[in-house]
Amino acid sequence: MLSEVLSDLIQIRVKPDRTGVVTDGVKHSMNPFCEIAVEEAVRLKEKKLLKEVIAVSCGPAQCQETIRTALAMGADRGIHVEVPPAEAERLGPLQVARVLAKLAEKEKVDLVLLGKQAIDDDCNQTGQMTAGFLDWPQGTFASQVTVEGDKLKVEREIDGGLETLRLKLPAVVTADLRLNEPRYATLPNIMVSAWLVGTEGLGVASTLQVQCPLVVGCEEGRIHGRSCAKEAVTWSFG
Amino acid sequence: MKMANSLRGEVLNLYKNLLYLGRDYPKGADYFKRRLKNVFLKNKDVKNPEKIKELIAQGEFVMKELEALYFLRKYRAMKQRYYSNTNKTT
Repeated sequence: MLSEVLSDLIQIRVKPDRTGVVTDGVKHSMNPFCEIAVEEAVRLKEKKLLKEVIAVSCGPAQCQETIRTALAMGADRGIHVEVPPAEAERLGPLQVARVLAKLAEKEKVDLVLLGKQAIDDDCNQTGQMTAGFLDWPQGTFASQVTVEGDKLKVEREIDGGLETLRLKLPAVVTADLRLNEPRYATLPNIMVSAWLVGTEGLGVASTLQVQCPLVVGCEEGRIHGRSCAKEAVTWSFG
Repeated sequence: MKMANSLRGEVLNLYKNLLYLGRDYPKGADYFKRRLKNVFLKNKDVKNPEKIKELIAQGEFVMKELEALYFLRKYRAMKQRYYSNTNKTT
């Protein structure tokens, strides 16, 4: 699961009307922790412990760049869950977790890898919520992931030091900084992945239409939740 | 510009790759682009295929250095932002 965030290289500027941060026209890139997650997935595939790596991103059209980068790093398929730009601002961990949970069941995946948190909202919730929706075991803040038979051994970074867990698959793992060193997506790979997305279109990176459930709004620092009764996640292949 | 055709392709690829990598250069993309162009132009009359291969290897080394630089920069930024209370060795 990939998050597209404001690049960590740029200087953040607050919008003049103080409603947020300037994001238009500002350089976006893949969340650093998500890069680490993708790298881990690709490494597991290279060790022949995984069959296929699917990169997923929820958001407006510019998310496709992030998916392309993941494909360039070695992912096999990309899925872009398209969210109209108006809704995208209200997209939070809860909605993303719902989407991920549905997708994980649909694609029958054994392992969901995410970055531990996004560097723009610092929520650190998506992975945990996804595990909750799926009722799967979770290994968060992972600094090492190994496969032991049909179980996953996850070494976690916790306040007191390190904790080792053994999880039954399928499971959710969130990546911490020291899990690995992500490879750089070089130009030839990016160009190949652009070609893949371009020609195969729906085959490689299928865009699903999602009716985003509006659950949380934020006004002047206060957060109020709206009733979930209206939420409906509908899918149609676009 | 270059004698051997296959090497020309390699050199062009190297240039394109370096240009792509230079976009995030700390001192600025323009600075990098200018230096890159100058270096390539300086060597444009090299005809010996062995020497060309050597220069290509040098270029690929620079590519690896840039990748390492970017990784370290990102790692250090994340470490500084999220792990400020641990010992500051890196």
